[in-house]
Amino acid sequence: MATVDIRKVRKAFGSVEVLHGVSVGIEDGEFVVLVGPSGCGKSTLLRMLAGLENITGGEIDIGGRVVNTVPPKDRDIAMVFQNYALYPHMTVFDNMAFSMKLAKAPREIMEREVLKAATILGLEQLLHRFPRQLSGGQRQRVAMGRAIVRNPQVFLFDEPLSNLDAKLRVQMRSEIKELHQRLKVTTVYVTHDQIEAMTMADKIVVMNNGNIEQAGAPLELYDRPANLFVAGFIGSPAMNILPGAIGEGGFVTEGGAVMPMPSTARNGAGYYGIRPEHMRLAGEDGIPATIQIVEPTGSETQVMLRIGNTPLTCAFRERITAGPGETIRVKPDLDLVHLFAGGSGQRLAS
Amino acid sequence: MTDASLSTWVHRRAEPSWLGRLFDSKPFLVVICLFPAVGLLMTFLTYPLALGIYLAFTDTTIGRAGVWVGFENFTYLLQDPIFWNAVFFSVFYTGIATIGKFGLGLWLALLLNNHLPFKSFLRAIILLPWIVPTVLTAIAFWWIYDPQFSIISHLLIKTGLRETNVDFINTAWPARWSLIAANIWRGIPFVAISLLAGLQTISPSLYEAAMLDGATAWQRFRYITFPMLLPILAIVMTFSIIFTFTDFQLVYAITRGGPVNSTHLLATLAFQRGIPGGQLGEGSAIAVSMIPFLVFATLFSYFALARRKWQQGETND
Repeated sequence: MATVDIRKVRKAFGSVEVLHGVSVGIEDGEFVVLVGPSGCGKSTLLRMLAGLENITGGEIDIGGRVVNTVPPKDRDIAMVFQNYALYPHMTVFDNMAFSMKLAKAPREIMEREVLKAATILGLEQLLHRFPRQLSGGQRQRVAMGRAIVRNPQVFLFDEPLSNLDAKLRVQMRSEIKELHQRLKVTTVYVTHDQIEAMTMADKIVVMNNGNIEQAGAPLELYDRPANLFVAGFIGSPAMNILPGAIGEGGFVTEGGAVMPMPSTARNGAGYYGIRPEHMRLAGEDGIPATIQIVEPTGSETQVMLRIGNTPLTCAFRERITAGPGETIRVKPDLDLVHLFAGGSGQRLAS
Repeated sequence: MTDASLSTWVHRRAEPSWLGRLFDSKPFLVVICLFPAVGLLMTFLTYPLALGIYLAFTDTTIGRAGVWVGFENFTYLLQDPIFWNAVFFSVFYTGIATIGKFGLGLWLALLLNNHLPFKSFLRAIILLPWIVPTVLTAIAFWWIYDPQFSIISHLLIKTGLRETNVDFINTAWPARWSLIAANIWRGIPFVAISLLAGLQTISPSLYEAAMLDGATAWQRFRYITFPMLLPILAIVMTFSIIFTFTDFQLVYAITRGGPVNSTHLLATLAFQRGIPGGQLGEGSAIAVSMIPFLVFATLFSYFALARRKWQQGETND
């Protein structure tokens, strides 16, 4: 187990720079999720951590040792690949024991360690199978088993759940989280799925275009997104972000709707952000809005509304009986309104 | 009611013509689709093969239809030292050339699988020896091995490494090695390009995983590349062995089986006896005697190398 310190790391492929000086500090035993859209550099950063990509600039420090020039095998890390990268010509046992076999470990130790990892993951019955004979979830577990057997200082996961179906993904998500709580090994996990990030992480690092937009605890990012990108990226359904300006009676959106402002409102707001679940049904004091689409999910009802020409998504705990074309009255929870600066899109302190 | 039904246009399927019905009939389709392939194979493969096997049991010569003589041709061949010499050289030639081709071909494929500058250009160059017609290769090597005008001898003398010309093809053993060298040179591209195709199917993430598991370059080759290449290696090797064992052009163009029959392969000996020698029956018997070797080589590479449990998806364990 170890701390990981990424200091001003840059990465360029030829003349194209894909990471522009990224710094992340990871505590011992922490579960950190790197999240962002495709091409934001999160996988590249993970591969640099693993030693599979060269570091163009900056430093990576694992357990107090700068590893910029240390080859992958000496970094004491284990990685789970997106496609699992199981050796197809080896049995599950051989796959898991491969690193020990290379290190010329005695057979008894090999068997003991593999069995220990297999028991943790429920793979005891599958040790003599080949990867082709396993289901997606089992392969995923073998890939994790191979990592566990190494007993590394840091676990790296590169989008490990993206090849699984939705149900299995949820199950493996909790298994990985449980595994982390059990082994308490520092973990860096890459995903593009913000729900995975929210549910698993101790700390989320939101990346975009080779930069870190914000890093922090999941709920901190949810409650206080630092800028428009994080606001739109974290949370599902996504936050309503309405461009406009402060005007008469509140915030006037480009579509002409007037949204009420919190009392602590600052000048310079160019975007009005409100999460769908923070919209409330209102009485006569609410804003009249026309229903476009109603999507009941059982636990809540998502309603796509229009206030004038401004589209707005709301999620209500209440059941909505009104149908498309009808008008209802809604209002935002003023304590939970986010305001962002016009030009930069940065959060305005409230 | 009547009006409504009249105004509703009903789309009716046109009745298929007899030709349409014929092409919908599965037995007819099977016959008509198989006919060209089966016809060609029967005419150009099965018939000559059957005729060859039949001739091997007759004493046919050119200009005279023979009579059935049973195993007489074979019993004669068994006592013929030239035949045994050809058997020996065919096996030796195939064995050494295959080892050479696969050693060098695999090495080349591994090199080409790396990120090299001008990669596609290099790959095109590598293919050249294979594209050139065999007879041209043979003639080029004939000149290279010429007792008087050999460029190799010329260079060796110029650089002072030798004082006399090298004897490449005028005594038995040098001639054998020279032919093997020419065959290897010609066979490398096929092996290299086929194995390169095999190498490219191996996911790079396997190497990355192995690297993280602590494998050195040699261990990555030994435990990842080689086992995963085995299936394709088996197929390529089967083909290569068949082509080498039945080789004719190189040997016939360079040495014609000489000096003193020392470099005859079974194919060249069969031709020599059958066509210029006129003994069609005996020539056929020599050709037929290649079949057991080829069957054995094919079965060996197929069963020993190709079948791997990990490639199959069954849940047996």
